[in-house]
Amino acid sequence: MQLNSNVPSGPLEGKWDRYKFDLKKVNPANKRKFEVIVVGTGLAGGSAAATMADLGYHVKNFCIQDTPRRAHSIAAQGGINAAKNYPGDGDSVYNLFYDTIKGGDYRAREANVYRLAQNANAIIDHCVATGVPFAREYGGLHANRSFGGAQVSRTFYARGQTGQQLLLGVYGQLSRQIGLGGVEMYARRDILDIVIVDGCARGVICRNLVTGEIERHSAHAVVLATGGYDNVYFLSTSGMHSNVSACWAAYKKGAAFANPCYTQIHPTCITVHGDYQSKLTLMSESLRNDGRIWVPKKAGDNRSPEQIPENERDYYLERKYPSFGNLVPRDVASRNAKMACDEGRGVGNTGLAVYLDFTEAIQRDGEDVIRAKYGNLFQMYDKIQDEDPYKVPMKIYPAIHYVMGGTWVDYNLMTTRNGLFCLGGANFSDHGANRLGASALMQGLSDGYFVLPYTIGGYLATQSLTDVDTSHQAFKDSETQLNEKLNKLMNINGKRTVDDIHKELGHYMWEYCGMARNDAGLKEGIQKISALREEFWQNVNVTGSSKDFNQTLEKGYRLADYLEFGELLARDALTREESCGGHFREESQTEENEAKRDDENFCHVAAWEYAGEGKTPILNKEPLVFESVKLTQRSYK
Amino acid sequence: MEEKFINLTLKVWRQKLGEKKGKIETYQAKNISTDASFLEMLDIVNDDLTIKGIEPIAFDHDCREGICGMCGQVVNGYAHGEEKGTTLCQLHMRRFKDGDTVFVEPFRAKAFKVVKDLVVDRSAFDKIIQAGGYITAKAGGAPDANNLPVTYETCELAMNGAECIGCGACVAACPNASAMLFVGAKISHLALLPQGRPEAAKRALAMVRTMDSCGFGNCSNERECEASCPKNIEITNIARLNREFLSAGVCSTAM
Repeated sequence: MQLNSNVPSGPLEGKWDRYKFDLKKVNPANKRKFEVIVVGTGLAGGSAAATMADLGYHVKNFCIQDTPRRAHSIAAQGGINAAKNYPGDGDSVYNLFYDTIKGGDYRAREANVYRLAQNANAIIDHCVATGVPFAREYGGLHANRSFGGAQVSRTFYARGQTGQQLLLGVYGQLSRQIGLGGVEMYARRDILDIVIVDGCARGVICRNLVTGEIERHSAHAVVLATGGYDNVYFLSTSGMHSNVSACWAAYKKGAAFANPCYTQIHPTCITVHGDYQSKLTLMSESLRNDGRIWVPKKAGDNRSPEQIPENERDYYLERKYPSFGNLVPRDVASRNAKMACDEGRGVGNTGLAVYLDFTEAIQRDGEDVIRAKYGNLFQMYDKIQDEDPYKVPMKIYPAIHYVMGGTWVDYNLMTTRNGLFCLGGANFSDHGANRLGASALMQGLSDGYFVLPYTIGGYLATQSLTDVDTSHQAFKDSETQLNEKLNKLMNINGKRTVDDIHKELGHYMWEYCGMARNDAGLKEGIQKISALREEFWQNVNVTGSSKDFNQTLEKGYRLADYLEFGELLARDALTREESCGGHFREESQTEENEAKRDDENFCHVAAWEYAGEGKTPILNKEPLVFESVKLTQRSYK
Repeated sequence: MEEKFINLTLKVWRQKLGEKKGKIETYQAKNISTDASFLEMLDIVNDDLTIKGIEPIAFDHDCREGICGMCGQVVNGYAHGEEKGTTLCQLHMRRFKDGDTVFVEPFRAKAFKVVKDLVVDRSAFDKIIQAGGYITAKAGGAPDANNLPVTYETCELAMNGAECIGCGACVAACPNASAMLFVGAKISHLALLPQGRPEAAKRALAMVRTMDSCGFGNCSNERECEASCPKNIEITNIARLNREFLSAGVCSTAM
């Protein structure tokens, strides 16, 4: 497999402008002749669909939920970064680029990250123009706050629900295009296969989740914006319907999957309770602006927090990382929480929690100020934990929250399969081995509003695509295969429920492929996942009919894909014998237990290629070339 | 509160896909942790039904943290349950007592058809937004975000409307199945902001027209919508909608 990143040459600052100029364009009248399928209606998919329709393309947009307004971008809380320098603290595009590439532990492409930083300001302007009510100062101008891995305040926010407001902004733009007829919207659909004709992606096969009908849709190009695969861990902060299935189908049709082992464990989530638990809830990173993280100095100290005097508390992040304090990047904060708990200094019933304490901030600013900033988050915590965080410190613990890995794409956001593009959280491109807070929203909107609408023109203008409709043999073959798979699943009639098996998979992923990984554990994990996959195909119980609204079947085929994908994730982690960002190999750490990279052997993107059923996937490497920044051991001390 | 384990009798609405009628079935929810959410309780019941070979109860849900707006059922007569300002996914079993009987039904309204069991079709909300619940702006031509100052208070008021999650509880709670709170929240959000003013009149007329054509009823000031709204959206938004609609009808050329 050839991995050509298509990154333009020349100075970093001018790459994107020159590239846009050089891209072949489709004139407005000709755009109407092209149909594009967009899968997903989150920040990336929704904005791409709306913008392409605005440009004149005919767009078919698909989503799992009952309406495009519910994609999981909606759950992002804290904010979105941009280098506006409104607070006057010396921020710049280069600074945002530098923080992002360093935050990703030098495992992302320079040119992509720089373009992201360049687009960030235009994103804010466009969002405000579309009515996103970002927080304002009393003078009427925008307010900013700080996020991890940065020493400037560059994060725009709308209370504790920035993702919601950004997504509703996108939904407004998308709705306008649906009303105008530029976008045909297909809600409650699962994309289960990508159809390839003459080497190019020309359509999708999807399941109508209401009727169970299998549908065929053709187009000139296919865009996947289906979010991350966090739910391979069962418990994550992702929405319950989040899945890897469309990207996994793409992988089997020639789209390489990059860096699946780069998973993000967010340091501040509400702690796990009970085996009935269905998902985890994040407490925004923005809380670390005012909250202080601590554990008792002494192991086994089970006094209640207010009884532990100041000099017997260990504010370990402030102690170990004085220049960033509580605002170190997520991977660093998570590992330190784990270390504190491993030392027996964890708090709460399970000992798997640390305190996030607002006492000082409330004394300093007053409860009203804290409420105005984080009210909805405090309320959410209170509802779940039944404890008032204005009075008692929050108990938090790291949890799977995001994945940096994803479908491999070039500078155009095109995968290794012609005509198949991938955007936002579903691709691997901009966050390296660790994503900084408030950068996911930025990437989704950058890809959808300001990158794909240009680069897809470059693709369409240079292809001579024949007319293909859904009666083509490739559609028939794909549908037949899919029906066979669904029938097989419906007829196992085993003894275990889908959720039960999914929980077991999640347990293996967390145990062997979670916050700390090692050679022996990963090998064992791979064996267990493989054995579980066999059990699934013999012992799962999917009730009802496939030609019906059947949520068990939906969960079943998503889990079938996760059982294959989980093994690839572990294999990638096993192969990458270095620590970087969120990927922590115990064999590769500094004396101070920080992640230790091995730039000589692992400064590359690992892009996995499907080799056929039952065959070991092929590892392809895209070397990462750094022309602008110097690789150093990341330090936040 | 200490975690306890309780048993409940559920009376659940079951309705097959494509059928116009359904009926209440009785199920037992056994050994439910009071720390579980209402939807997690339904997960446990569904796993139990699956093992017994009974098709699980279909219900909508996704984020399970109160923001996506996908979940929603009528629990003991209340949309999202009796607790104020709470989506169903954030309602916890500690609000119930051991031995309780709990009625679980779909959101009901002429404009929301039942798809299956507790799942309803709320696409009428999308149609209303498609009619005008947006600001027209091309990606690329926007002025600097700080060019249009908005006072802190105005921004907060706009945000109060913008918080709507589109769950439909307001419609389910209203005796007229009116969507005025939903529409009022979006109209307020956009009409309060200076960038939303150029289209305000056209927007109000188009959204109200579509709301009526979708089969939603009118507002008769019962305030049930406000009481059931999981985001505590106030009916002052309906007053603002009425003002915007009236002035659009009287003063504007945007008919």
